[in-house]
Amino acid sequence: MAFFPHLLLAILEGTVAAAVLALSALGLSLVFGVMRVVNVAHGEFFMLGAMLAWWVAKMVPGGPAIGFIAALIVAPLVVGALAFVTERLLLRRINYDPEATIVATIGLMFVIQQLALSVFGADAKAVSAPFAYRIALPWFGFSGYKLFVVVASIVILLAVWWVLAKTKWGLVMRVTQFDRETATAFGIPVNQVYSAVFVAGAALVAVAAVLIVPIQQAHYLMGLDPLLMSFIVVIIGGLGSIKGSVIAAVIIGLADGIISMFFSPTLASIIATLAVALVLVFRPQGLFGVPVR
Amino acid sequence: MFEMRGVDCFYGAAQVLRGFSLTAEKGEILCLLGRNGAGKTTALKAIMGLVPARGGSITLDGTDLSKLPAHEVPRHGVGYVPQGRRLFSDLTVMENLKVGLMTRNSGAHVLEHVLTLFPLLKGRLSQRAGTMSGGEQQMLAMARALCISPKLLLLDEPTEGLMPAMIARIRQSVLDLKAHGVTTLLVEQRVDAVLPVADRVAFVENGRVTGLENAADLATDRALIDRYVGI
Repeated sequence: MAFFPHLLLAILEGTVAAAVLALSALGLSLVFGVMRVVNVAHGEFFMLGAMLAWWVAKMVPGGPAIGFIAALIVAPLVVGALAFVTERLLLRRINYDPEATIVATIGLMFVIQQLALSVFGADAKAVSAPFAYRIALPWFGFSGYKLFVVVASIVILLAVWWVLAKTKWGLVMRVTQFDRETATAFGIPVNQVYSAVFVAGAALVAVAAVLIVPIQQAHYLMGLDPLLMSFIVVIIGGLGSIKGSVIAAVIIGLADGIISMFFSPTLASIIATLAVALVLVFRPQGLFGVPVR
Repeated sequence: MFEMRGVDCFYGAAQVLRGFSLTAEKGEILCLLGRNGAGKTTALKAIMGLVPARGGSITLDGTDLSKLPAHEVPRHGVGYVPQGRRLFSDLTVMENLKVGLMTRNSGAHVLEHVLTLFPLLKGRLSQRAGTMSGGEQQMLAMARALCISPKLLLLDEPTEGLMPAMIARIRQSVLDLKAHGVTTLLVEQRVDAVLPVADRVAFVENGRVTGLENAADLATDRALIDRYVGI
């Protein structure tokens, strides 16, 4: 293949990687932004979303498209319900203490992993895409579904931005993020806001998983990768800054796509990790983050 | 009518309020005067439910506020202007006001009324709150609290660090509110900052009210002040 088509393919794959990253990191960024706690079980919520997508696709008759739409409804509901229980029984009990939350959600991570292993088994499960259209370029064909994932993640990111910036709910979330005590003094039930944000973060990552699983595979250990990559994106972008996360996802995703294609995936990982280290040294609050008050 | 009776408050094991009691009539401006650490700010936070009252009662027009979850207190008509203003400084002026309007679902007429009290804010609605001057921020903090159309307004050192012209305007707006029947609890450290507006002054020491005097009497008899402040 000549240089230009090669580069085009790398950019396309990189864009898909960026969309996947931004989408996986969105829930983590939202939860950290408002609640100032890190949910280590974030990757397991992703894994559960993917597993549910597989299970729903198997249970629902009528082809992959119907199964896909059903999974888009079922997965966020089930994962959101689990997050609701987690928030009530775990996070609220430890009063959202940042360190205790990390330890507690590490525990939760193992519990969910082992439950998934017992229920779904250890083998990887393929989920077919809702449609199989391939875009025929002069040099190579490219999966239409992958581009759909890119468009879907842009739509979801814009929707979340709109809710945060333009709606009453978004105002309540930003106020709670900014100053918990003063928010309470203006009638905002902070605990309920936390609960809602935690559930929303989990539902978002479940939706991300349903979208992404047709281009990967569902497996009970698959949560680790999105967790790590979400951390990288969120740290580089600035903890709690959704804009920063998106920009970081685009940089890392494109760099990953291009470097993996022309050099090696290992080099891409090395550079991503190095970028995190450099950001942490020179700009600990991230590219777009504000220092924690 | 507003009444605190025998309120005890703790920070951890340390008791900050000890049987704190006071009453204020509708439309009265009652000042809490006392040194740093006397318990004035804690008394306001206890009313807001931000520091739980372990004993006693806090009633506003018959409702016991101390039995409510903290976020319900403002919904019963208590507006709070915290020390240091505590604005949502990343947000615009309008968003700050919206937070106040949302508390009790106040209508557009409330916002209109608040903006006539602080006309300066009208032209600044889309400005970020943190970029305004100290006096403007204080006005916004008061406007935000007034957006819940309070029956009871709590002001914690509203004139701290402001220039005299601004202090006069804040005072005038407190008097305007009195004319509208709003009860005001005003926390200050300096007696000359409150005498021009207060109806009565409660002296606070070691977490309890040690004396209650009419502001008019204090203005005429400085010896009375010295007895409490002890300078």
